Amino acid sequence: MTEITLYHFLVISSLLFSLGLYAMITRRNSILILMGVELMLNAANINFVAFSHFGNFGASGHLSALVIIVLAAAEAAIALAIVLNIYRTFNTVNADEADKLKE
Amino acid sequence: MNSEFLSTIAIIALFAPLAGFVSTLLLKKWTKNAHYAEMFFIGVNVVAAGTLLVMTAGDLHTLHIISSFNWIQFPGITFELGFQFDSLSIILLFGVALISFLVHTFSLQYMHGDKRYSRYFAYLGIFTFSMNGIVITNNLLMMYIFWELVGLSSYLLIGFWFEKTSASDAAKKAFIANRFGDFGMLAGILLVFVTFGTFSFDGIKEGLLSGILPFNSGFWLSVMGVLLFCGAIGKSAQFPLHVWLPDAMEGPTPVSALIHAATMVAAGVYMVIKIYFLLSADALLVIAIIGALSALIPATIAFTQYDIKKVLAYSTLSQLGLMVMAIGLGAFGNAFFHLMTHAFFKAGLFLAAGSVIYGMHHEQDIRHMGGLKKYMPKTFLAFAIYTLAISGVPLTSGFMSKDAILNATMIYGSLTGNWIFAVVGFGVTFLTAFYMFRLLFRVFIKGNITGVEHHISHGHKVHESPNVMVVPLLVLAALSLFPFFSFNPLSGENGWLMKGMNFASSAVPDGLRYTFMALAGTSVTGYTESYFEASHHYHYIAMALSLLCALGGFGLAYTVYFKEKVNTETYKAKFRPVYTFLYNKWYFDELYEVIIVKFTLLTSRVLFWFDATVVDGLVNLTAFLTRKVSDLGGLFDKYVVDGFVNFTAMFTGLIGLFMRKLQTGKIQTYVAFIVVSIVLLFFFYARQ
Repeated sequence: MTEITLYHFLVISSLLFSLGLYAMITRRNSILILMGVELMLNAANINFVAFSHFGNFGASGHLSALVIIVLAAAEAAIALAIVLNIYRTFNTVNADEADKLKE
Repeated sequence: MNSEFLSTIAIIALFAPLAGFVSTLLLKKWTKNAHYAEMFFIGVNVVAAGTLLVMTAGDLHTLHIISSFNWIQFPGITFELGFQFDSLSIILLFGVALISFLVHTFSLQYMHGDKRYSRYFAYLGIFTFSMNGIVITNNLLMMYIFWELVGLSSYLLIGFWFEKTSASDAAKKAFIANRFGDFGMLAGILLVFVTFGTFSFDGIKEGLLSGILPFNSGFWLSVMGVLLFCGAIGKSAQFPLHVWLPDAMEGPTPVSALIHAATMVAAGVYMVIKIYFLLSADALLVIAIIGALSALIPATIAFTQYDIKKVLAYSTLSQLGLMVMAIGLGAFGNAFFHLMTHAFFKAGLFLAAGSVIYGMHHEQDIRHMGGLKKYMPKTFLAFAIYTLAISGVPLTSGFMSKDAILNATMIYGSLTGNWIFAVVGFGVTFLTAFYMFRLLFRVFIKGNITGVEHHISHGHKVHESPNVMVVPLLVLAALSLFPFFSFNPLSGENGWLMKGMNFASSAVPDGLRYTFMALAGTSVTGYTESYFEASHHYHYIAMALSLLCALGGFGLAYTVYFKEKVNTETYKAKFRPVYTFLYNKWYFDELYEVIIVKFTLLTSRVLFWFDATVVDGLVNLTAFLTRKVSDLGGLFDKYVVDGFVNFTAMFTGLIGLFMRKLQTGKIQTYVAFIVVSIVLLFFFYARQ
């Protein structure tokens, strides 16, 4: 039985981050892009908690994680509201079709 | 005496008519009876002025109130406003208030139905206010302010029926003639201020007594006096500015009674009496000459005129001339006495004329009047009393005051050997009696009786005026009798008015004043002993001569206009040039037309040419140059400034064209950019 070390956490979190990034770049549906963002935020959370656990930083890592969770909730709320408005205006949630500004 | 109480009353008396003016103007929007506000306040004015007179009647000699406050302060110069109540101002304040009240009452009926009824009363209010201001002031500056206000209200009232061209012209004429006089007065006031550093009468007097003279010369002192007197020439319609007063008869008749007979024209005389202490002998001589001319010339015009109001206007001029002449001869007290008595009977004469005009349905030509005694008995009674008074018949006030003036001319004659003024005085007395009885006979007793009867037979009623008009007439008639001024009908000297007067005391240094005038502080009465000796000596001589002249005038008028023994037409034909000359008022209007109007027009034409060619040329040149300069500026703007701006815009646009290629609008692309950039950054950091 191998001991779970910092290394494992970092691998998991980088995998999660990469998946989020991949979703963000490839998906055109803005809701899916948002989900990718959430994944990336959680990857960062795992990193914070892991470093806090293995390093000698007290509880500051945990606190940062908590802040990010709250932040993520707020971000989700605002972003979904924006998406809703985009849908109302353009009748689609595809990010590249909302390109009025470019014209 | 409680002087604070007196000041309060004085302030009430001063401002009551102003309150009437304001409230009448404010109320007339809502009610047709706004004039009752004015009536109320003029009543307040009479009561306050009467209280003042009664409370101080015991010792009029004393200076009762003198109070002033700072109005404008500059470093080094302070302008004050203030009151000064000596016997002159207290008596005149009451006289003005009383006559004003009677005229107000008279106007209630006379002006009834006029479309600007309330405004008329408001104007009377502002006039009375300004007149009060002149009367109670203690300095020349404040006097000048109210002086102009009086001029304004006179202008408004003469031009009250401004739809008539003649009325608005007369108003303008009065205003412009007054401007000429006021200009001189302003110059005099400035000279006073430069010399003495103060405007107040007391300050000037002190300065003069301490030996200050304008530019250290007696000549300039005379100039100062004459300049100040110019104001009186304008306001009291003295020769040569007398032309406005007859024309001022275009105003409503009660206004003529109040302003152009009793009060405003008296303001000039009052002002000269107020400044008598600074008048040098030379200035007084000028004043006496002007007064004599103003007494004589209008008296000769008066008996050729046919307009009832014009005759009275010329008679006013003549009487004012007598007063001014008396001042010039050193008899200030007598002049003021005549001013007061004249105010009552002349206001009465005008109101009676108004009553006649009212009864005759706005007929002013005496050729259309006659035998009115039958139809207007009360008006006739009043008119007869006034006529007796102005002609100087015993038992009237006019007899006492005119006799006092004539006495003064004889004293002057005996003391200086110059009898010309006495001759003028008695001549004027003769003429006055003649033209006044001419008026009385032609209008009320004989005259064009058939014409009036003809008029009546055609259904036009000729009627006595209602009581509201007749009562003021009778009150004024009563006030033209002797007991109100002195209990001795032969001598006004011992009456309360003359006794209470602060007699003339000159502050002019020795050698510059008349020899018979005493320096202030050296004599109670202001005259030397020799003056009194002459006064007693000539008292009864003057009285007899004045009676003789009045009787002569009466007799002539009686023969010509009552007995009708003389056909005036033949004499008119015989003396055609003289008659025409007098009938046309010595051609003064025509003379002024040539001198002033033509000259002004010529000057303005020259100035117009100057304006059109030189001034306009300069302006046009400037405009031309400005245009050329701005053309250059425009070119610079167009090519340099605009060029730079356009270049900046174009450059920015170019950059933008290039940069927008990077903005694809696809989020994925941006994210990819970010990720690649971050990876690259890490990569570079890791290398270090």
